[in-house]
Amino acid sequence: MDILTGPWPWYVVGPLIGLVVPALLLLGSKRFDISVNLQTMCGVHSWRDEAWNMAMLAGIFLGGVLVATFMQNPDPVAISEATRQDLALLGITDFQGLVPREIISFQSLGRLEGLILLTGGGFLIGFGARYARGCTSGHAITGLASLQLPSLIAIIGFFTGGLIATHLLLPLLLSGM
Amino acid sequence: MTLRTLLPYLFLGIAFGILATKGEVISWFRIQEMFRFQSFHMYGIIAGAITVSAASIRIIRRRGLTTASGEPVALPAQPLSRFGTQYWLGGTIFGLGWALTGACPAPMFALLGNGIGVMSVLIVSALAGTYAYGRLRPWLPH
Repeated sequence: MDILTGPWPWYVVGPLIGLVVPALLLLGSKRFDISVNLQTMCGVHSWRDEAWNMAMLAGIFLGGVLVATFMQNPDPVAISEATRQDLALLGITDFQGLVPREIISFQSLGRLEGLILLTGGGFLIGFGARYARGCTSGHAITGLASLQLPSLIAIIGFFTGGLIATHLLLPLLLSGM
Repeated sequence: MTLRTLLPYLFLGIAFGILATKGEVISWFRIQEMFRFQSFHMYGIIAGAITVSAASIRIIRRRGLTTASGEPVALPAQPLSRFGTQYWLGGTIFGLGWALTGACPAPMFALLGNGIGVMSVLIVSALAGTYAYGRLRPWLPH
């Protein structure tokens, strides 16, 4: 597999993502938490104080553009056969690209289940991240690594919600597809 | 902050955006695989990131390292109520959205960069949720 276009293994990506935390701390004693940007856009924090975080968010967008332009994976995401079978039972059979077109696309907004999934799901992410004072980057990668109990509690919550959505809500929502 | 001082953060974001895309942590398929316990991939990435992050925080604290401009590095503790309600309840709400959409705040923007235009709808919805929390906060248990 081509290093440029193929997916990168977990043992390369994981440790490198971990380096973002000390890089931010040493650059300016900044805490890695991308969800703070959603609050800045809602006027909760001053743009001046969070300019560094917004610059990072712009970079994340650009990183996506760079991959899509120069190093896009031509093959479907290599998920396990068991997951493919489970998803096929839910009516998801198009495995091309990073997200399933059947439920995550402009076309899917025209169907009730797609509309609920995208707008409802997005609402829950924004609401939950601010309520829990952090998202995956803030609590899992930063908070847990610095042994903060609130972050451990939040991550248990992330997984509880994730399991409920995966095993109860998604089958209910997609049963009409 | 001048534009020049923002550049390192922009580059760090670009690196993270590339890593998140090439590691497929922004893929709905990978998130589903994780919540079905059918592959080690996502757990390997999260564990690898936490291990390196924890080790480097330890080194920074032990050696008393300072920032580039000489300020002390601080990671303030987060407030915790008796039952930690905001963390488990807020976390559960967040987790519901994460598994439904396969995205969280950073991946939304990385996916938008990858040409998934409908992420704009997800981002606006997440902003609505962030705003709604602000309005409802006085009535919510923390």
